Amino acid sequence: MMIGNWLDIGPVTQIEPGTARTLPVVGSDEIAVFHTMRGEFFALRNQCPHKQGPLSQGIVHGEVVACPLHNWNISLRTGKALGDDEGCVPTIPLRVDAGRLYLLRSAVVTRAEAA
Amino acid sequence: MNAPVNFERDSFPGSGRERLVVIGNGMAGCRAVEEILARDPLRFDVTIFGAEPRVNYNRIMLSPVLAGEKTFEEIVINTAQWYEDNAITLVSGDKVVAIDRAAQSVIAASGRVEPYDRLLIATGSDPFIIPVPGKDLDGVVTFRDLDDVDRMLSAADRGGAAVVIGGGLLGLEAAHGLNLRGMKVTVIHLMPTLMERQLDEAAGYLLRSELERRGQTILTGANTREILGEGGKVVGVRLEDGTEIPCDIVIMAVGIRPATALAREAGLDVERGIMVDDHMVTSDPAVLAVGECVQHRGTCYGLVAPLWDMCRALADHATGAPTGYEGSVTSTKLKVSGIDLFSAGDFLGGEGCEDIVMRDAARGAYKRVIVRDDRVIGAVLYGDTADGSWYFDLMKKGADISPIREALIFGQAFASGGALADPNAAVAALSDDVEICGCNGVSKGTVVRTIQAGACSLDAVRSSCKASASCGSCTGLVESLLAVTLGGEVQSGPRTLCKCTSFTHDDVRRLIVEKDLRLIPQVMQELHWTTPDGCSSCRPALNYYLLCAWPGEYVDDQKSRFVNERMHANIQKDGTYSVVPRMWGGLTNPRELRAIADVVEKYDAPMVKVTGGQRLDIFGIRKEDLPAVWADLNAAGMVSGHAYGKSLRTVKTCVGSEWCRFGTQDSTGLGVKIEHMTWGSWMPHKFKIAVSGCPRNCAEATIKDFGVICVDSGYELHVGGNGGIKVRATDFLCKVATEEEAMDMCAAFTQLYREEAHYLERTAPWIERVGLQYVKNRLAEEGAVERYAARFRYSQQFMQDDPWAKRAAGEDAKLHQHLAEVRPFPTAPKPQLENA
Ligand code: SRM
Ligand SMILES: Cc1cc2nc3c(=O)[nH]c(=O)nc-3n(C[C@H](O)[C@H](O)[C@H](O)COP(=O)(O)OP(=O)(O)OC[C@H]3O[C@@H](n4cnc5c(N)ncnc54)[C@H](O)[C@@H]3O)c2cc1C
Ligand code: SF4
Ligand code: FES
Repeated sequence: MMIGNWLDIGPVTQIEPGTARTLPVVGSDEIAVFHTMRGEFFALRNQCPHKQGPLSQGIVHGEVVACPLHNWNISLRTGKALGDDEGCVPTIPLRVDAGRLYLLRSAVVTRAEAA
Repeated sequence: MNAPVNFERDSFPGSGRERLVVIGNGMAGCRAVEEILARDPLRFDVTIFGAEPRVNYNRIMLSPVLAGEKTFEEIVINTAQWYEDNAITLVSGDKVVAIDRAAQSVIAASGRVEPYDRLLIATGSDPFIIPVPGKDLDGVVTFRDLDDVDRMLSAADRGGAAVVIGGGLLGLEAAHGLNLRGMKVTVIHLMPTLMERQLDEAAGYLLRSELERRGQTILTGANTREILGEGGKVVGVRLEDGTEIPCDIVIMAVGIRPATALAREAGLDVERGIMVDDHMVTSDPAVLAVGECVQHRGTCYGLVAPLWDMCRALADHATGAPTGYEGSVTSTKLKVSGIDLFSAGDFLGGEGCEDIVMRDAARGAYKRVIVRDDRVIGAVLYGDTADGSWYFDLMKKGADISPIREALIFGQAFASGGALADPNAAVAALSDDVEICGCNGVSKGTVVRTIQAGACSLDAVRSSCKASASCGSCTGLVESLLAVTLGGEVQSGPRTLCKCTSFTHDDVRRLIVEKDLRLIPQVMQELHWTTPDGCSSCRPALNYYLLCAWPGEYVDDQKSRFVNERMHANIQKDGTYSVVPRMWGGLTNPRELRAIADVVEKYDAPMVKVTGGQRLDIFGIRKEDLPAVWADLNAAGMVSGHAYGKSLRTVKTCVGSEWCRFGTQDSTGLGVKIEHMTWGSWMPHKFKIAVSGCPRNCAEATIKDFGVICVDSGYELHVGGNGGIKVRATDFLCKVATEEEAMDMCAAFTQLYREEAHYLERTAPWIERVGLQYVKNRLAEEGAVERYAARFRYSQQFMQDDPWAKRAAGEDAKLHQHLAEVRPFPTAPKPQLENA
């Protein structure tokens, strides 16, 4: 369902704290939606800047995810690789309202529109 | 006390003053009037409309009223006399229903029309009601005004059970009150952490434990699906997961919404709240607004402190000496007696922020201060909130804390001691008989003498005089004493488990058992973790240590597991998974082979391969398909091979005496038995076993964690081999005569390793660290083999259920399913290729 610029992707309860779930986008990149242990939500392209590891499958600690393939630590807030590693994964603006999650539509489908 | 109060003004008729009408006889509305009167008592003729049939009272004290600690009379702010003395007309119990801006008047429910020159809207907030079935039943109440409290009190008089929906400030204060009043209380909270907008996980955990200790039931991560009723009255609550909680009253405390309806209908600018400028003026210059109903510079507030500042700015403006309001930084305390909790500012931290954490398990205290660019930007304190206002002050002032950085977390008394800001100097200044370690009663003098006698590291001090060897809360002090006593010669201690703690793996394992620690947040609190929720190194280690220490009781923490163990399959470089079913002892049969072949075809697996562990590996399975693949393999009697886990992997065998001309014993049969005994067990690292039928050793038993070489006279048992990165041949452990003894020794050795090795330490480095002799000695102690083997078999009772079967049956489906699929262009023409 769409409300203006924001795409409703369902209730917050779908994602257990400390985990992430995925949102494939036809014609564009899969998105990983994270729920941190501290109760915040973030959305990122589900591809590690290192070698495209699926970030959704990593261990979430604080507001960081450790990539499941080679353990790069990626900031969920900025998408940047932390520590000595360099790289950045696009983040998708996310809003929580009345228990539901919304993604900024233009950020979700950029690639598809460009294609 | 609930009777409507109506003070008709009879003095000053036609005084010619400006008429000020206030909508909302609450905390902000009345405070604004007080502020105006203090500046210019004769400026306005004031009329206040209040929907509630009573004078103005201190709303935040409704919690103590509910808890029986205060009476209504004690929380009244403005008595009837006050309205009279100040010639204010109070129209209480009469709600304003419309504002006519053109005519400059308001219309009340009673029909009363009141003209104004200046209007002040101070309508506060409305409790948010979650739109679930049953929300309108009799017995569903909110927590906002005295009537709500009266409803709760009469329910409490009847006894029974209460469900509080919402584990925030309001919900917990309601739960506390009802609990004190003798009700059985359950709090349902959507998020994982109570008061998650004010607390981090660690403080939330402490709060939760304390509330549970007081008899409340706390359900986190719980979503209300429906409020159940009978004959129009509440009888229970049903959660999303089907759980039903019987109750007589439901308190809805999930949040508030600024009460903006009147303003919106009157055409004023409204977003989340009524838009006001720095002088509390709305989009209509004749209309002011203040309190929870407004939105100032993008923010709506839900606490009283900002209201006071707003009221000051409003009164300055209304009396012709405008100053302006610039927004507030807020802090929170929970008004539950006996619980000290303070939170302020940004506690989520993040990029560029540094967490300073101090935990004091003995006092149940947790302090976390968040610093960015040498400024305090947030604080969460639990158990010891004495310094809350000091941190809050530093935060509001934006003070540069770099000069007191080291001592900041110890609090104001410590940090402001000038020279004492250096913790070492502070420790040096302590007298010799001051107790350093409370657990073991060790004084400063004793620690210093121990160090002078040659204990040059933390570990040496711990083993010599026991200081900081128990709960560890004095570790920092002991380290300071080492630094002070030895100057620069402190030896760095053994490697700590990770950067979140000063404890080693051994300490942590020992203390989990000694102190009976049973949950990850509990370990972190009791052992003074310096981060709020650990890191990707310590979480999996703690999860394993707890699992090993409390078999059958500890509930595995999925989110602390590496992806492979969470998904029960091996992640591949392209994000797909490989699936390896168990083939006991390397044996298989047509049924299993057929099932594997079918899976390969059905799910279009691009590759199937014989592994180095004597079984078959199916590659390229998508996470969504895993449960279906497993269901198919289960149907053929196959279970998970744990090719992905820090767990028992394979038991390799050779053909042995049944077929081989050199075979001395039934190595195949023994391997199968051993695999049936050991499969499913979680380990510090992966664990491999092999059984060879003779010393030719075709199963490569001498590079396995546990290897058996069969000989004519029995079984030679080998341990600590590794065929991986650094090849290590096994050490000979012992020789036994029977299969049973071989199995017992295997179980005992495995358990010793499980209980003592560090997480991510395979048997080879473990044995090199502790020495083969140590292992032999441990197993040679009287009855040791039986004890270890019995403990292993006990814990295996809980481990040997196939994780695949549970997933195939639908458990943890969320781990496999996508949230949804986005199809940005549903109407786009289908690609031409379809007909090709
Ligand atoms: C599939 C397999 C290779 C094969 O096609 O034969 C394999 C595949 C992997 N091995 Fe292995 N190892 C396989 C047998 C072995 C063996 C041979 C054996 O078990 O007899 C060894 C040497 C023996 C040993 O472990 O001592 C072996 C030593 C390693 C090591 C080095 C371990 C060490 O302690 O030095 C690693 C890295 C690690 O575990 O940290 C590793 C790690 C891996 C990982 C898990 C790498 C990874 O993290 O993704 C590979 C997973 C691929 C997958 O998705 O399935 N694999 N690996 C074998 C699966 C056996 C099974 O049926 O479960
Ligand atoms: C149980 C409880 C505990 C709290 N604890 C704390 C705490 O510890 N610390 C803290 O800082 N804050 C606390 N708060 C929040 C604090 O009480 C509010 O921030 C504060 O009361 C807001 O003041 P206000 O004047 O904007 O709204 P209110 O005090 O709610 O006043 C608004 C008044 O307007 C009336 N009204 C609304 N619409 C109309 C209308 N159309 N016509 C006539 N009258 C109308 C309402 O009936 C109400 O009486 C607590 C709140 C509650 C309910
Ligand atoms: S040897 Fe290296 S590449 Fe081959 S399976 Fe093992 S880990 Fe992977
Ligand atoms: S792909 Fe993420 S760390 Fe390598």
